Amino acid sequence: MTATVPVTAALALGDDALVLSHRLGEWMGHAPVLEEEVALANIALDLLGQARVLLSMAGDEDELAYLREERAFSNLQLVEQPNGDFAHTIARQLYFSTYQHLLYAELAAGDGPFAALAAKAVKETAYHRDHAEQWTLRLGDGTDLSHQRMRTACTALWRFTGEMFQPVEGLGTDLGALRTGWLEAVGAVLRRAGLPVPEGAQSGAWTAGAGRQGLHTEPFGRMLAEMQHLHRSHPGASW
Amino acid sequence: MVTATALEAELLALAGSVPDPELPVLTLSELGVVRGVRVQDAGAVEVELTPTYTGCPAIETMAADIRQALRERGVQDVTVRTVLAPAWSTDDITDEGRRKLREFGIAPPRTTRETGPVALALGPTRTLDEDPVRCPHCGCADTELLSRFSSTACKALRRCLACREPFDHFKEL
Repeated sequence: MTATVPVTAALALGDDALVLSHRLGEWMGHAPVLEEEVALANIALDLLGQARVLLSMAGDEDELAYLREERAFSNLQLVEQPNGDFAHTIARQLYFSTYQHLLYAELAAGDGPFAALAAKAVKETAYHRDHAEQWTLRLGDGTDLSHQRMRTACTALWRFTGEMFQPVEGLGTDLGALRTGWLEAVGAVLRRAGLPVPEGAQSGAWTAGAGRQGLHTEPFGRMLAEMQHLHRSHPGASW
Repeated sequence: MVTATALEAELLALAGSVPDPELPVLTLSELGVVRGVRVQDAGAVEVELTPTYTGCPAIETMAADIRQALRERGVQDVTVRTVLAPAWSTDDITDEGRRKLREFGIAPPRTTRETGPVALALGPTRTLDEDPVRCPHCGCADTELLSRFSSTACKALRRCLACREPFDHFKEL
């Protein structure tokens, strides 16, 4: 690892992975079928592994995960959105895993400080993306109810997708340039699923799309409280 | 490339002979995760270990088991360092490792021999292609995917369409 770690970028990517990992973990005991529960837990575990590497590049992983306040987190607002129904979770997975897969492929091809992690994670994320795409097809092209729910979810989360392509200091890759490939890939899946590509803006009112700057949506604070309370209640405890 | 000493070769073999904590039929060297052993000037030993998946929870147990094995050989000062690059691939599992997986009831990964991302097509769940995932129980090539993720992150759950047995498949990475 090089001497100068781009801390801002490591935190941004690490927080994305950590927060989505926690959200997916909330499905444990609630998923529609056992296989899906196992799948979501495995995806969460992959993301947690990536988060541990990324946060450790920026500092002490436990302190960063458990002792920072809401405003210090720089994750995308997309990944902190509540799980909603299963369609919302899948729409979030489709949007984010496509982005993460394209981004890691780009980082793995370079020789920057994230190349080693990205070369591993790109292969893990390929499975996450495949999982999300398969479910989008099944739900979009399924029953009237599943189609309607998937359509509602894709539209509801669309306004959080623009933030993914804002520049991140020290990342060493042009995130704006990923947007074309992302739109093509997500658009192709949605069309195959018989779902319309949402037409609204990819970022909403003043707060939407400011997660990288530490501005988060209201449910994030409650998620953090649950995620952090054990560590804060029992400082230094171990199993 | 630094030439390994006889001691380093011996310790490498010893670290590699430790069984995998989740798939105890395999040794760590058959899994391809022990990258090297270096004996430093003061007699301290550093072992390089690479994770299968970034978040593999078995890595800490592997490190503890390696330290234990080397201590029993009389090496007290052992550091196990996790290295990410070059990324582990299922191609790193040895032929003997693949044979043992099959014997254990897990379909071994197919050879990828590719670099870069794994391209996954939106296709059917059955794999009657030129390189099918075969049932480890009856050898039949007609099997279907039940879930992309199984008991651990590295496996997928499949079912044989001949003998109807479900089985784990060590998926390609």
